[in-house]
Amino acid sequence: MSLVEVTGLTVGFGSLKAVDGLSFRLERGGALALVGESGSGKSTVASALLGLHRGTGARVGGSVLVAGTDVERATDEELRRLRGGTAAMVFQDPLSALDPYYAIGDQIAEVHRVHHRVSRRAARARAVEVLDRVGIPDARRRARSRPHEFSGGMRQRALIAMALACEPQLLIADEPTTALDVTVQAQILDLLHTLREETGMGLLLVTHDVGVAAESVDEVLVMRHGRAVEHGPVGTVLGAPRAAYTRELLGAVPRVDAPRAVPGQAGDEIVLEATGLRREFGRGKRRFAAVDDVSLTVRRGETLGIVGESGSGKTTLGRMLVGLLAPTQGAVRHDGRPHTGVNPAVQMVFQDPVSSLNPRRSVGESIADPLRARGERDEARIRGRVRELLERVGLEGAHYDRYPHEFSGGQRQRVGIARALAADPRVIVCDEPVSALDVTTQAQVVALLGELQRELGLALVFVAHDLAVVRQVSDRVAVMRRGRIVEEGPADEVYESPKDPYTEQLLAAVPALDPQAAARRRTARRELAA
Amino acid sequence: MTGFGSFALRRLVGAVVTLFAISVIIYVVFYATPGNVAQITCGPRCSPAQVHQVAQQLRLDDPLWSRYWHFLEGIVVGQDYSTGTSVAHCSAPCLGLSYQTGQQVTQIILTKLPVSLSLVAGAMVIWLVLGVGTGVLSAWRRGRPTERALTAVTLAGLSTPVFVIGLVLMIVVCGQLQLLPFPQYVALTDDPEQWAWNLLLPWLSLALVEAAVFTRLTRASMLETLAEDHIRTFRAYGVGERSIVGRHALRGALAPVIALNANDVGSAVGGAVLTETLFGLPGIGQELVHAVSVVDLPVVVGMVLVIGFCVVIANAVADVLYAVADRRVVLV
Repeated sequence: MSLVEVTGLTVGFGSLKAVDGLSFRLERGGALALVGESGSGKSTVASALLGLHRGTGARVGGSVLVAGTDVERATDEELRRLRGGTAAMVFQDPLSALDPYYAIGDQIAEVHRVHHRVSRRAARARAVEVLDRVGIPDARRRARSRPHEFSGGMRQRALIAMALACEPQLLIADEPTTALDVTVQAQILDLLHTLREETGMGLLLVTHDVGVAAESVDEVLVMRHGRAVEHGPVGTVLGAPRAAYTRELLGAVPRVDAPRAVPGQAGDEIVLEATGLRREFGRGKRRFAAVDDVSLTVRRGETLGIVGESGSGKTTLGRMLVGLLAPTQGAVRHDGRPHTGVNPAVQMVFQDPVSSLNPRRSVGESIADPLRARGERDEARIRGRVRELLERVGLEGAHYDRYPHEFSGGQRQRVGIARALAADPRVIVCDEPVSALDVTTQAQVVALLGELQRELGLALVFVAHDLAVVRQVSDRVAVMRRGRIVEEGPADEVYESPKDPYTEQLLAAVPALDPQAAARRRTARRELAA
Repeated sequence: MTGFGSFALRRLVGAVVTLFAISVIIYVVFYATPGNVAQITCGPRCSPAQVHQVAQQLRLDDPLWSRYWHFLEGIVVGQDYSTGTSVAHCSAPCLGLSYQTGQQVTQIILTKLPVSLSLVAGAMVIWLVLGVGTGVLSAWRRGRPTERALTAVTLAGLSTPVFVIGLVLMIVVCGQLQLLPFPQYVALTDDPEQWAWNLLLPWLSLALVEAAVFTRLTRASMLETLAEDHIRTFRAYGVGERSIVGRHALRGALAPVIALNANDVGSAVGGAVLTETLFGLPGIGQELVHAVSVVDLPVVVGMVLVIGFCVVIANAVADVLYAVADRRVVLV
């Protein structure tokens, strides 16, 4: 009997078919990844394995067998035993997946007691044991902490501990590392791998990140529009994909080991210069410097990538470069002149294309804002220029009167780029411009930025956490850690022969697309840790 | 608990400042109010000479600052006053004497406050149990007949004025069924049992309307928490609905309930005029309304200060409860 047997599964919400006739098997102790872009139905499948669609109004067809239990026909009691006891789920966002009001140890103990008839005391002891197992230091004391007292990586470990506490045969991990920094991601993936080796439990990994799948599983199932596109051993699917969509998907994945396709043409002119930038936040004892003594230069026509993990100060730096935030110390010079406040020549593209556009105004009006701000009053000229900009970023002039919700994520980011271009800038600071987008869309937006740069001689500052994306777009790279630049230089140099140990550590943590390389790197990481 | 000590101290200082500001505002407002206070106080049949004498006695002709200073002095050191034949002392903190009766305001407060507090405390227990209980129930049973029935009842409760509920209760329970005598206030210290029986109807009529508000709030707040990710986590681990609703969702839904309750308790001390009047309860609200109508400044100031104090205390208690319910909250 297989651990998981899904036959002809369909899940519909209203008129939408999220999963459409999906079948697969997972043997005991095996590891399968469901890979796909947003909307492909992969998380819906994960929920169906635990019968989480019951009572939500979703229409579920086909059959799902987990360790012999028919999930759709099981009684509520059988389903409760299945959930956690047979198959445990590790959710995506560790920030919100734990109850903020109770101690982490108590939450794990509560779940443990659902599946094991033990005393409260024994359940607490078990919670400490599993917290210790997933690498929470000083687990006995930390078990009494509330989730907000844990870091993102520790919360993710706590969620895995919760799953472990029930000793399941199957672990379902839904984007378990998406919200985490790359070094923490590597730790979590290594942890999952070790636990699987030790306990022999099966793993169903749901992810949008092909690299994460390559690191963790034996088999891959590529999904699109609720259907299976390709299914096979991880080496075959990622190494020699048969389906056109898989090839497209893999082609779009940014590689950390490939240099920028078309290098920018850096001029001699320094268009943006920062010297000794420092920015403090907080008062009294809580005062800290988010950015500390950062100096950099950006030349015409080149891209400076700024890469760092969360909390490294990269966004604060970006905002100071644009003038949205005043530095506590230091100065930003633009074209050699001191630069205070916002300046039309330095524009910004924001991370979240959903919230950085006013939902109540048409996209045309949003793009026209910089024009009006500069004193343009002639409506015909404004409309003409906005149409031009829309077409320039690959949208249609007729989209002027449409609203943000009518566009996809990638299109919205194009609107954001058009808005930045409207002011005729010489520099654009992009703060995580593609991190909210699927890889195929990501590749398109990155290509657009490169095109615009060559055509208009723009200087770009590209702020991102994703090392591979930064390599793809940058001529020079600065690596940030705790508010400081630890290493800066030509992209190829920084990536090929990093000088700073932190850069080395970051690069070692990036998931590789080749499963064999991934295994080698895992061993290397283990040795590094030991 | 140094954190708690400094929190309490801050709140106390805040309360004093607030009450001080309230008293200044009332003095200014009354000073600016048109009409002859001496004439009103003396009565319609007083001669001009008598009116003049009253005005002098009450210092009505003194400038505003002098009267206010006198008021502050009374609070700090007390004041002496003439009863006609002898001199009596009103010890600190003295809030002055009623223009109408000559009674010390502090004495009035001491007789009225227990009535109001009895009314509000009992009603609060009922509205919390009833309101939060039905709120949780209707969130749990969302979309089912139970919830629809509860919604209908609470909406009816919301739209019924207090005095209608009170009157109906009184007519049915005391008149028709003769289950209880018509309510008459008995002090808790005199006879606890009679105190409770006599306050039962006032409690119910004040609490029923309020409970409806809490039902709606709890329901909405519960539905919001039930949709959160951490609830999904516990569902996915087979934790029972009872624990999910009663343990995880309720705790998350309590914050707005605590906030509203503080507000309502504070304002009900002085604002339950309808209930007090209907059931003949000699509380703060009734006294305040009467004092305003006869421009009895010292009594008005006294009552408003008591109400203000209750609001400040209720909110401080709410802040402590927040911090107890949610460890992320830091008391400042």
